[in-house]
Amino acid sequence: MIYLDHNATTPLDERVLEAMLPWLAGAYGNPSSGHALGRAAHAALEQAREQVAALAGAHPSQVIFTSGGTEANNAALKGVAARLPVSCLAVSAVEHASVQQPVAALVRSGWMATTIPVTDQGEVTAQAVSAALGDGTRLVSVMWANNETGVVNDIATIAAAVRAAGAVLHTDAVQALGKLPVDFAGSGAHLMSVSAHKLNGPKGVGALLVDKAVDVEPLLHGGGQEKGRRGGTENLAGIVGFGRAAELAQAELAARSSRMSALRQRLEQGLATQVPQAVVFAAQVERLPNTVFLALPGIDGETLLLELDRLGLALSSGAACGSGYSEPSHVLQAMGVTADIARCAVRVSLGVGNTEDEVDTLIAALRTQAARLQAMAATAW
Amino acid sequence: MSKPIYLDYAATTPVDPRVAEKMCSFLTLDSGHFGNPASRSHSFGWEAEQAVEEARKQVAALVNCDPKEIVWTSGATESDNLAVKGVAEFYAKKGKHIITSKTEHKAVLDTCRHLERFGYEITYLQPELDGMIDLAKLEAAMRPDTILVSIMHVNNEIGVIQDIAAIGELTRSRGILFHVDAAQSAGKVPIDLDKLKVDLMSFSAHKCYGPKGIGALYVRRKPRVRLEAQMHGGGHERGMRSGTLPTHQIVGMGEAFRIAREEMAQENERIRMLRDRLLKGVQNIEEVYVNGDMERRVPHNLNISFNYVEGESLMMALRDLAVSSGSACTSASLEPSYVLRAIGRPDELAHSSLRFSIGRYTTEQDIDRAVELIHQKISKLRELSPLWDMYKEGIDLSSVQWSAH
Repeated sequence: MIYLDHNATTPLDERVLEAMLPWLAGAYGNPSSGHALGRAAHAALEQAREQVAALAGAHPSQVIFTSGGTEANNAALKGVAARLPVSCLAVSAVEHASVQQPVAALVRSGWMATTIPVTDQGEVTAQAVSAALGDGTRLVSVMWANNETGVVNDIATIAAAVRAAGAVLHTDAVQALGKLPVDFAGSGAHLMSVSAHKLNGPKGVGALLVDKAVDVEPLLHGGGQEKGRRGGTENLAGIVGFGRAAELAQAELAARSSRMSALRQRLEQGLATQVPQAVVFAAQVERLPNTVFLALPGIDGETLLLELDRLGLALSSGAACGSGYSEPSHVLQAMGVTADIARCAVRVSLGVGNTEDEVDTLIAALRTQAARLQAMAATAW
Repeated sequence: MSKPIYLDYAATTPVDPRVAEKMCSFLTLDSGHFGNPASRSHSFGWEAEQAVEEARKQVAALVNCDPKEIVWTSGATESDNLAVKGVAEFYAKKGKHIITSKTEHKAVLDTCRHLERFGYEITYLQPELDGMIDLAKLEAAMRPDTILVSIMHVNNEIGVIQDIAAIGELTRSRGILFHVDAAQSAGKVPIDLDKLKVDLMSFSAHKCYGPKGIGALYVRRKPRVRLEAQMHGGGHERGMRSGTLPTHQIVGMGEAFRIAREEMAQENERIRMLRDRLLKGVQNIEEVYVNGDMERRVPHNLNISFNYVEGESLMMALRDLAVSSGSACTSASLEPSYVLRAIGRPDELAHSSLRFSIGRYTTEQDIDRAVELIHQKISKLRELSPLWDMYKEGIDLSSVQWSAH
C-alpha cells in the first residue's frame, strides 16, 4: 500500500517509538507520586513539555497536555467561554468539526456565532475577520492551516485585528505544526491547539497552548494535573513520544518541508500534463507543502477512492472524521465550489516517507482511472 | 542504587509485557496498523477500526455488557467528568440534585464542585467509620429532583468495596441514575453489568496493567441512558466522545482487560496471601491501625496508620519502598487525606498513614523486606518522636495544651 493520507494520521517515527518504549514497557511511575519512580516520570514529562514548547514557539508554562487536538479545541473554546458572560464569537467557515461542534454547543447555550467567510481560494483574510467582529465579539477561532485544502492563513495579521477589537483569538494549528514554522508567541494568538499524531507522534496526545493573560476554565476537573488546568493521570508514554516527535520535527523541519514541496510540485506538474482535467483547489494561495485537494470533474470522489484503494493507494475525500458521511465538503461549499465538483473531491496528503515513484504511481493511477470511469459514465444510463 | 520495592499499584501499574507487545504492533510502520480508525477509504483505516472493535469486545467481556455500551475516553478522570457533567447537563430540566460521597476520587468531587457553580446542589454523604456508605442515609438523601448518585466501587485509598448491587436497586427503584467509578475495581472484583443496576461506570487502563492515557465509560443502553457529550467534534463513539481514537492505546486496554478476566480469580488469591503476610508482619507493632473495613476490602490494599510517626517522614525513611501517603493525585499537597478524615480518623493518624498496594509482580521477598524495613524505620522514628515519649509515659495527648509558635 502507498499511504497518501498523512493529514488523517501519520505513521509513528521509529525514533519516537524508541523514546516511548521505556515508558511503555519499563518505567511506570505516576508523575504525581512522591517516590523515585514518580519523580523520574515527572522529569520526563517536563522534558517533553520543553520539546513541544520549542517547536511551537511557546514557553513551557504555556503548554497544557491533552488527549489530542479535539480535546484541545474543546478546552480552548468552552474554557474561554465559561469564564466570560454569554456574548458573541466569530469562527471561520472552514474549521474542523472539533471546532465547529463545540461552537454549536456554545450556541445552544446562548452564545451568538458569526461565520467568517473565506475567499474562493479558501483563505481566511484579516479583512474578513475584521468585518465579522462586532462590539460584543469576545472570542474568535481561525485555523492556522486547513486539513482539506491545505490553505495557510495569515494568523499574525488576523491576531492583530482580533486583539485590536479586544477579543481573544484561538487557532487550530493541528495541521500546521511540523509542516511549517509555527511561532505561537510571535503569532499573537491567545490559544493554539496541536496534535501529536499529525507529526509522526502517537495518537491520543496533543496540547493546548495558552497565553497567561487568558482566563480558561478547565475541561477536565479532578486530580490537579497540569497545574490544575487539566485533570487526569498523564499519558506519559504518549507525551514523551510527542516531545520526541516535536524535537525531530524541529530539527528536520526545513528538510521535510522542502521534500514535501518537491513531491507536491511533481504531483501537480504530472497532473497538469497527464490528467489535465484535474482541478486543484486553492492552487493560487499558500498551502501546506504536502496537501493537494483535487477533483476529476464527472468522477465521484468516493468511487475513485475505492478504486484507488484497490490499486494500493490510500487517499481520502477530506476529513477522516467525516469520511463516513456522503455530504460534500463544507470547506469546498464555503469556497463556492458547486456540489457537482465538490462530490468529486479527493485529498492527497504526502508525508516524508513518500517517494517520487509513489507520486508517479498515483499520477498514472489517476490518469487510468479518470479515463476508465469517464468511459463508464459515458456508457451508463 | 537498586530500584525501590514497588508497593504503589493503586497509584499506577506497570504495563503487562503482553499488553506492551500488542500495543507495539499498532505503532510501527511495517505492521501498517497506524491508520486512523475513522478513515473509511482505505485498508489502513479499516484494520485500525477492526482492532478497536475487538478491544471494545474485550473490555465489555470483563464486565458483561454490550460492546456498544463502551465509550473510549482518555482515562477514568475523563470518564468521571463525562458521566457526571454529561448527566447533569442532559437531565438539568428534570432536576439539579446529585448525591455522592466524601470519599470519592477528586475527579468526581472536583467535577461536583464545578457543577455547584452552575446551580447544582450536591449532597456529599459521610461514610461510616469502616468506610462503607450507609444505605439508609443514602435513601434519606434522595429527593424528587435527584438526577444522579455517584459512588465509587472500590476506594483508591482504603480499598473498601461499596455494595453497588444494593445501591443500584435503590436508585433504580427511584428512577435515579447511578454512576460508579470502577477505576480501582475492574480486574480486581467481579463486575456483572447485566445484573447490577448501574447506569454508568468509569474504567481506567493504567490501574489494570494497561497504559496511561486511556479509559472507558460504560453507558447503559437498556434502559437507555443519555448524556451531553463533553468533547464535541467528528462524532466519534456515537457522538458521545469525539476525537481520533488512539488505536494502540485502545488495543492495550483491551488486552489488559482480557488478561484481567482470565487471571483475576487466581491472582486475587495470591495477592490476598501476600497482603495477609504484610499485615501479619506489622500487626505486632504497637499503635498500628488499619484504615477501612478488612472484610469488605480488595485484597490488594492495606492502608495503615502508624501512630506517633509522621507520614511524610516515614515515607522518606522508607525510601526503598514505593508507597504513598494519601492518594497520588493529591500527594503534592500536605493536607491529611480527606478520605481518612471522612472515616473519622483524627488528623494526626491521617497524617501518619501509608497506603500499601500489592500487584501482579509483587513477591514474597518484597513483602518480607518491606516488613523488615517498616519495623526498622518505625522504631527509629519513634525513638526520635517526643509524642511517642509522652505516650509511653502515659500522658493523654488529647489533654495537652499545645502552645503556638
